Amino acid sequence: MNNFEYVRPATISDAVTAATRPGTAYLASGTNLLDLMKGAIARPSRLVDITRLPGLDRVERLADGGLRIGTLVRNADLAHDPDFATCYPAIAEALLSGASAQLRNAATVGGNLLQRTRCGYFYDVASACNKRKPGSGCDARDGENRLHAVLGWSEACIATHPSDFCVPLVALDAVVEIEGRNGRREVALENLHRLPGDTPERENVLEPGDLIVALRLPAEARAFAPHARYLKVRERTSYAFAVVSAAAALRIEQGKIKEARLALGGVAAKPWRARAAEEGLAGAGPTADAFRRAAQVALADAKPSGDNLFKIELAQRILVRTLTLAAAGTPDRIPALPASPFSSVSGALHVA
Amino acid sequence: MNFSIGLTVNGVRRDVELDDPRVTLLDLLRERLDLTGTKKGCDRGQCGACTVLVDGRRVNSCMALAVSHDGANVLTIEGVSRGDQLHPVQAAFIAHDGLQCGFCTPGQIMSAIGLIQEAQTGDDPERIREAMSGNLCRCGAYAGITEAVLEARQSLADSKQRRSA
Repeated sequence: MNNFEYVRPATISDAVTAATRPGTAYLASGTNLLDLMKGAIARPSRLVDITRLPGLDRVERLADGGLRIGTLVRNADLAHDPDFATCYPAIAEALLSGASAQLRNAATVGGNLLQRTRCGYFYDVASACNKRKPGSGCDARDGENRLHAVLGWSEACIATHPSDFCVPLVALDAVVEIEGRNGRREVALENLHRLPGDTPERENVLEPGDLIVALRLPAEARAFAPHARYLKVRERTSYAFAVVSAAAALRIEQGKIKEARLALGGVAAKPWRARAAEEGLAGAGPTADAFRRAAQVALADAKPSGDNLFKIELAQRILVRTLTLAAAGTPDRIPALPASPFSSVSGALHVA
Repeated sequence: MNFSIGLTVNGVRRDVELDDPRVTLLDLLRERLDLTGTKKGCDRGQCGACTVLVDGRRVNSCMALAVSHDGANVLTIEGVSRGDQLHPVQAAFIAHDGLQCGFCTPGQIMSAIGLIQEAQTGDDPERIREAMSGNLCRCGAYAGITEAVLEARQSLADSKQRRSA
C-alpha cells in the first residue's frame, strides 16, 4: 500500500474541499478501497475519512412517502431494518445476497454504489487494463472472460459492475444526492454509472470532490412490495459475486400486470434497467409466455464479449425465474439463502 | 505525521501512537498490542480469520484502518472467556469438533458470537451456514462448526431465560 495523507473533516463542506485535490479518495468503511490499495490498484495520495460526518447514517421516511437513506448506513442495518425489508423486499434480499455478514456489517450504502469492478485484469497490475491505466489495452478481451459483460461493453473495456444492491435500486428509480463544490444536486441512479465507451476509467458522473450523501427511493417504490424479488446466480452457494442477477418488481391488479420493473446485474458496467421489457409486460397477464417474451426483449441487444455467450441465455432464464417468483408473491421472510435460485421457498421451477 | 488514537480492547483502554496511517486494525492488534489470537489469513477480507467485534458487530479487522477506529470498542478472542471459564461458543466448538488445525477458529468463534447477537438465524442450520459463510475453514470442519453454533446459541438463550426468570 502506498503511503497517504489522512484527514478526518468534521463537516461535509470541509470534506468536499479536502477531496477536491487530485489523487484524493473518500474513505468510509474501506472494504473495497483498502483491498484496492493493498493490491496497488488504487494509489490515493490523500484519504478523506467521512465516517465522522454528522447526519449521514440515518434512514428517514419523507413527507411525500419516499425514503432517504444516508450514505453511511451500513448494508446489514438497512437489510435488517424490519420496516425497510417490508417496504422494499427485493432490495433487502439483494443486500443480504452480497458479500459476507462481516462485510455487510461494515460496508456502507455509498460505498456499495461506488465499488469497483472485480474484473481479474483490473485487479492484476501486471495486466493491461484501460480502466486502471487508460490506453494500456484490455487483457480481458483475449483472456478469461466468461464472466464479463454482454451488454453495453466496448472494445476498450468489458468489465461488469459487481453490485447486487444497485440492481433493485435502479429498477425502483432510486435517486442519488450528491454534495459537490457547487452545492447539492441529484442524479438518478440509472445515470450515475457510465458505460465504458472509449473512457472506461470514467466509471460515473461524479466530479472531483463530489460526495454521495444520500440515496432516495420515491414513494411509488413501495407499491411493488407484494411482488418483488431478486435472484442471483453464483458460482458457489454463498459469498460470491453474481454471474448474472435480476430484480423484478410487479404491480398486479385484477390478474394483470399494471406496471413492471426489471433490472439485471453482472451483465454490464452499470446496473442494467430493462425498460423496453417493462413496457412489454404492462397490461399482460403474469404468464410464462409473457415473461419469456420480456426476457428476450431485455437481452435483444446483448452480444458476447468473449467466452460468455451462455450469459445471454442465462440472463433470460434468470429473468423468467425472477418474474415468476415475483408474480407468485414476495415471501413473508427472506429465504435462508437470499436470492438463491436453488431456494425452495416458492419456486418449483428449477429449469426455466 | 503521528496519530493518537484511543481504543477499548477487551474492556481495557489502550492509547496508541500511530506513526503510519496504513496500519490496519488487525496489524494494530497483532503487532502493536501483542494480541495474536486474531489471525491474518488472506488479509483481503475474503477468509474471515481476522474477525473481531467492533462496537458489538463482527467485522474483518484486516479491512479496517486503525486510524479510522479512534474510540472504538473492540472485542477479540482473548477477551471472550471469564478466566478459566470458556465462553459457551468456545466450549461448543470443542464439544462438536468444530476445528481441526485451529487457524480459522478464533475468527469462527468471534463470527459465531456476532451471529448469535444479530439474532437473525433462529435454529435453522441453513441460515447459520449462510451467516457463517464469511469464515472459511480449509480443514473442512463446517459440519461441526454449524452444530457448535446451534448448540451455543441454544445454551446462551437458555441462560438468558434463566437469568430473567
